[in-house]
Order: sequence, then C-alpha cells, then structure tokens
Amino acid sequence: MPSSTDRVFKALADPTRRAILERLIRGGEHTVHALTELAGVSQPMVSKHLLALKRARLVHSRRNGRETHYVSQPVALAPLVDWMNDYGAFWKDRFDRLGELLEKMDK
Amino acid sequence: MTTETRSVIVEKEFPHSPAKVWRALTESSLIEQWLMKNDFEPTTGRAFTLRMDPVPNWNGVIDCKVVTIDEGKTLAYTWATMGTETVVTFTLTPTSSGTHVRMEQSGFNPENKAAIGGANYGWQSFLGKLDKVVGELE
Repeated sequence: MPSSTDRVFKALADPTRRAILERLIRGGEHTVHALTELAGVSQPMVSKHLLALKRARLVHSRRNGRETHYVSQPVALAPLVDWMNDYGAFWKDRFDRLGELLEKMDK
Repeated sequence: MTTETRSVIVEKEFPHSPAKVWRALTESSLIEQWLMKNDFEPTTGRAFTLRMDPVPNWNGVIDCKVVTIDEGKTLAYTWATMGTETVVTFTLTPTSSGTHVRMEQSGFNPENKAAIGGANYGWQSFLGKLDKVVGELE
C-alpha cells in the first residue's frame, strides 16, 4: 500500500497531470469536458490523469447530471511540503555549491 | 484560516572563516555562482531579484527584499514567487574549524497558495532528484 506521499509524488510526476492540477487550482472547478479542451489530450487520457490525481486526493469530484466536475484539494500537497522540510533538497544542493565556491575563493 | 506555517531548515558547517562565507552570501557575482543570477546589494530595504531559467508555468523570477544585514552574522531577505512570500534567513556562527551556517526559509503555509508555490517550486527545481525518488517508489 503506497503512502499518501508516494501517491502525491507519483501523481505529480507527469507534466500533463501537473498542468491539469494547476488549471484546477487557478481556475476553480472544471468539468472533464472543459479540462479535455484545455489539456490537448483525449478525454480517456484526461479521465485517467484525473483518477491518479483523485487517488492522491489532490482533486475531488462530484457528479452533476451527465458531467463530472473536478476541484483541486491543495491541502493534499502537504506531504510535498513535509518532504521539503525533511530534505530541504534545494538548499542542500545550493549549500554543496556554496562549499565548492568557498574552496575556489581566495582566503 | 490556519496560522500554522512551516519552515525549511538546512544547516552545514564549512571549513572557512565567517568573513569568507559572508562574502559568498552578499557579493552578487559570488551569489550567482552558488545560488542564482541576481542584482543583490547588501542594503537593508533594498529590493532585488533572483533569477533561474524559466520553466513551464514559472518565469523563474524570485522577488526579494533585504530585511536584515548584520555583517558576518545574519542575513535575511524576503523571497516571493508565484504568489507566495517566505523569508530566508542565514545565520553564521564561528566554530573552532570554520563557520556553521543555518538557513531557515519560513512562512510556508500548507493550506494556501504557499504550498502550491512551494510544491511547484520544488517540482521544477528538484526534478532530477524527484525522478530518482519516484523511480525508487516503483
């Protein structure tokens, strides 16, 4: 059973899924139909991506007649923030570079 | 609306004097070599930008403003990108063999845009590492 962090990371590992999520975060609720028009891929592909986002709890869906509406659930990104806390990957990488620079600098 | 925020803290000891580390943190040409392109000037209240190569959905620009300059000891500046403002604080402490550097980036709010900004930021910046991490999840 993958952890919620695993699911969030996997869900965001795909650029199309990131684009769909960003669209929902910035633009509010969208139907699958509307997302398909924006995504530039087929509706079955969009539905598949939405399912991955839903499993990661990054989006929430509701049926309204024949249309399914999706909204983002940004709070589910918290594991990513935790991950940043745990690893501080950006700053660790930059600190490594700082160390290399200090070696090169004059005393 | 929650007021809880989160910080990223990274600490490291460098075998170099605080004066030298301070130069690397506060001279524009040196900052570029380890952090990002910039127009930093060590003046309190001074606005500057840090720039990375643009990526999809992010122009690569971080808007900053110097908050604290305590020569050789503390440097703090705001760090605003994608609608998120955090504060980055470097604290230098001399040790017997060099300088301990503590970086705290504070103000990430997990329930608002800060998390999104941070997440996007993380994803764009750490993509290489994330590919590896994701690969290991399989």
